[in-house]
Amino acid sequence: MIEIRGLHKWFGALHVLKDIDLSVATGERIVVCGPSGSGKSTLIRCINRLEQHQRGTITVDGTELSGDVKDIEKIRSEVGMVFQHFNLFPHLTVLQNCTLAPVWVRKMTAGNAEATARHYLERVRIPEQADKYPGQLSGGQQQRVAIARALCMEPKAMLFDEPTSALDPEMIAEVLDVMIELAESGMTMIVVTHEMGFARRVADRVVFMDNGEIIEQAPPDEFFANPRHERTREFLSQILSH
Amino acid sequence: MTALAIWRQESTRFVALQIGGVLLIFALIAWLLGNVAANFAALDKTFGFGFLWELPANYDINQTLIDYSAQSTHLRAALVGLLNTFLVAAIGIVLATILGFAVGALRLSENWLVSRLASAYVEFTRNTPVLLLILLWHGIIINTLPHPRQALSIADSVFLTNRGVYVPKPLFEVGFLYVLAVFFAGLGATWLLCRRQRDTPARRLSVAVAGVVFSVALAAIAFFLAGNPIRFETPALRGFNYQGGLSLIPELVALTWALAFYTSGFIAENVRAGIMSVDCGQTDAARSLGLPRIRILRLIVLPQAMRVIVPPLTSSYLDLTKNSSLAIAIGYMDLVATLGGITLNQTGREMEAMLLVMAVYLLISLTIAAFMNWYNNRVRLPGR
Amino acid sequence: MTVSPDAPHDYPPGQHPSLPPPPTSTGIVGWLRGNLFSSLFSTALTIVTVWLLWLLISNLADWMLFDAVVSADSQAACRALDSGACWAVIAARLDQFVYGFYPEPERWRPNLVFVLLIIALAPILYDRTPARKQLLWFSAAYPFIAGWLIYGGIGLTVVPTGMYGGFLLTMIIGITGIAASLPLGIALALGRQSDMIAFRILCTVFIEFARGVPLITLLFVASTMLNYFLPPGTSFDLLVRVLIMVSLFAAAYLAEAVRGGLQAIPRGQYEAASALGLSWWATTRKVTLPQALKISIPGIVNVFVGLYKDSTLVVIIGMLDPLGIARAALADAKWNGLSTETYLFVALFFFVSCFAMSRYSMWLERRLARGEAQ
Repeated sequence: MIEIRGLHKWFGALHVLKDIDLSVATGERIVVCGPSGSGKSTLIRCINRLEQHQRGTITVDGTELSGDVKDIEKIRSEVGMVFQHFNLFPHLTVLQNCTLAPVWVRKMTAGNAEATARHYLERVRIPEQADKYPGQLSGGQQQRVAIARALCMEPKAMLFDEPTSALDPEMIAEVLDVMIELAESGMTMIVVTHEMGFARRVADRVVFMDNGEIIEQAPPDEFFANPRHERTREFLSQILSH
Repeated sequence: MTALAIWRQESTRFVALQIGGVLLIFALIAWLLGNVAANFAALDKTFGFGFLWELPANYDINQTLIDYSAQSTHLRAALVGLLNTFLVAAIGIVLATILGFAVGALRLSENWLVSRLASAYVEFTRNTPVLLLILLWHGIIINTLPHPRQALSIADSVFLTNRGVYVPKPLFEVGFLYVLAVFFAGLGATWLLCRRQRDTPARRLSVAVAGVVFSVALAAIAFFLAGNPIRFETPALRGFNYQGGLSLIPELVALTWALAFYTSGFIAENVRAGIMSVDCGQTDAARSLGLPRIRILRLIVLPQAMRVIVPPLTSSYLDLTKNSSLAIAIGYMDLVATLGGITLNQTGREMEAMLLVMAVYLLISLTIAAFMNWYNNRVRLPGR
Repeated sequence: MTVSPDAPHDYPPGQHPSLPPPPTSTGIVGWLRGNLFSSLFSTALTIVTVWLLWLLISNLADWMLFDAVVSADSQAACRALDSGACWAVIAARLDQFVYGFYPEPERWRPNLVFVLLIIALAPILYDRTPARKQLLWFSAAYPFIAGWLIYGGIGLTVVPTGMYGGFLLTMIIGITGIAASLPLGIALALGRQSDMIAFRILCTVFIEFARGVPLITLLFVASTMLNYFLPPGTSFDLLVRVLIMVSLFAAAYLAEAVRGGLQAIPRGQYEAASALGLSWWATTRKVTLPQALKISIPGIVNVFVGLYKDSTLVVIIGMLDPLGIARAALADAKWNGLSTETYLFVALFFFVSCFAMSRYSMWLERRLARGEAQ
């Protein structure tokens, strides 16, 4: 579904992604973890071209990601993204946030778009907030709206960039629940997160990145029980002890 | 409570301070007004606004938008001045907005050269006094443009001279009404069609654009069918000057251009700050949803940016209007030059004239401030 | 050892070196590609702009430099020598542009005042000035010293204010206005934010009035009417009246700029100060004002630059600021018609000084931000 081969990226002179090889099959759930500055966010932002890579190839559902505008648009409509700081549009209602892209990109009629939006708002369990503005919702509710907004485009894969890092502890659970339900329904997901409980429960594979490289990847049981690389062990010991 | 206890109460001090302050201010004002009365008595002056409608103005004005002659009252002269002020402000605001938004957008361009040049433009306008720009442009027009006999002409119908800019004056014939009718009918039909597309906003925009273009085309056809019902009175050189057509006196041209140029720098900075104030996460989210660049600008960035742009923008408009009072430096007869200038000098009524001028400007300022409040309340992003 | 990124290498995980970026995305070529030629449209834009710039600059350079005349007796003499700008008018009247009509034998006094100004400003503007504490005493005394030197009185011949002109007059109005309006503006801002409703109303009325009328009307009031408000028989010097009006005007705008800063301070700051038992005065001096002023620096500098530029308006009430000197020069039959040259010269002066002020404010902001980050 998503194939990354030999990916290199520089920010100016800084080499931030070094020779990344990653394959994600349809329906697979990948969790990417690592210390800050390891390039995890940059990696998934390259997948939907929010960042440009300088070397290597990224292929999404058969289409190679290049400078071609048409390819980029096609890929963006098939890959949804959820951000750490939600990035909801504050001047639009929750419903309008969700119907915006289907109407303007998929050219749906307003009626169809609204039906789809209500369906997904139901799925993330906040259908009653449809006419509120983002500023009137709690952080957990806003993030769930952000997930619904991405889902309204009926993407084939979803990217999550630290979706719970900006939330108060008591709201993390509600967002994780939605993500778990999404995973169990078969969505292909790449999730950058520190929530190891989520990784253990749902991930098919955990990928550890440090300093721009993929150090280790393994199914969660193996990853947490027998980390092979020293840096992985170091990281796990910091993250798993309170 | 004892008197001392009352004195130590916070609220007592509060009230006492305020009463003391207010009494002090009133005492000051009373003293000042007393001095005015004494000075007026000593000079045999009176205070009254009767001079406005009792005395004839006895001076000519070089640009009058309404009927006026030297026999008209001072009040009428002031009105002519006020209308001249509004004229300059209106043209200046339109020009400044267009220039300001253009330069502001250029400032954000990815092209380094273009954005640096826009930056230089902004720096130049912000570091130059507006009066200097007015005098500079007035001097350029007077000294560089040729005498009417050697006028610079564009297409033999627009003439640039140091006595003014002369453009053809359109004279509308009856047939033009039909052209207008056709045009508005086209617009009306477009509007109705758009309403039917309510469900598909994407298509509605294309329908609207197509409709407007079609209306213009229909109007053009009607224009030809009606036999070109507009005649232009072209200015023609008679003797030392041009007659006929519309004339824009050099003072008006210099003033509006200088004011527009000066204010556009501030507007450009406003526009840039407004667009940059929209968090880049917003564009990230919009891009990841697949929205194309222009849609992102129109639906996401601009609505949020305008909230930040409009308040300082109206401030800039107000500044432009106030700066138009410098017209007196080049002889353009605005409100300050008529009422606060010649009328004041002739009648010796400094207090009354200045009070009136300041009152008018205050009224304009307060109106614009009220508008700004209304706008801010209306576009407030709903929060908890 | 630099390794080419093209060579396929299999590094064990965790040992991939940091490689240099591909050549076409850095260095001069990379910069050009990214900034000037990043797309077809951008390339076209660059080409058109460079061509237009070339046209503009070559013509301007010809007129301003290569074909210009620097010394001649009159405009006609200039024209006879060359076809470019006639800077001779500036050369002939440079003294007036700088000092106005300040008598020549006394010109050492404004010169001294200028040098002392730099010394007086140094400790205020730059916190690492050597002997700062002592110099600040000098700064406090400076206004009186400068006033005495410029005007005269004890031991020095009096030079009446009507003779001040040119850049000297601009500096007098600008510096005095800035120095006087700052404390006034801060007081007005505090008054407008006050809990005491009487002061709040009074300050608001004053501020809205001063911001609602054009400065020229206030200058007219200063020149024609202010004497009526004083007891019969007294009168103030015109320059003093103008300085008062300009300071009051700028104070109102300053009040708004500082108010923005005051409103940006979180409520929690006031609450913490109250909890510690600080009085209103102590809170304002030590907690509120320092933070508010830091935030308002761009706004404050904007007001100062505006005041400085607005000093040119005094030409309309007959004072001889640089624009007045320029007009006087143009009225002379010898130099009539050289408006562009004279006004451009004055514009250069203002551009340089205003630009310096705004660069200083940007430096100050960065400096204070760094201080906070420590």
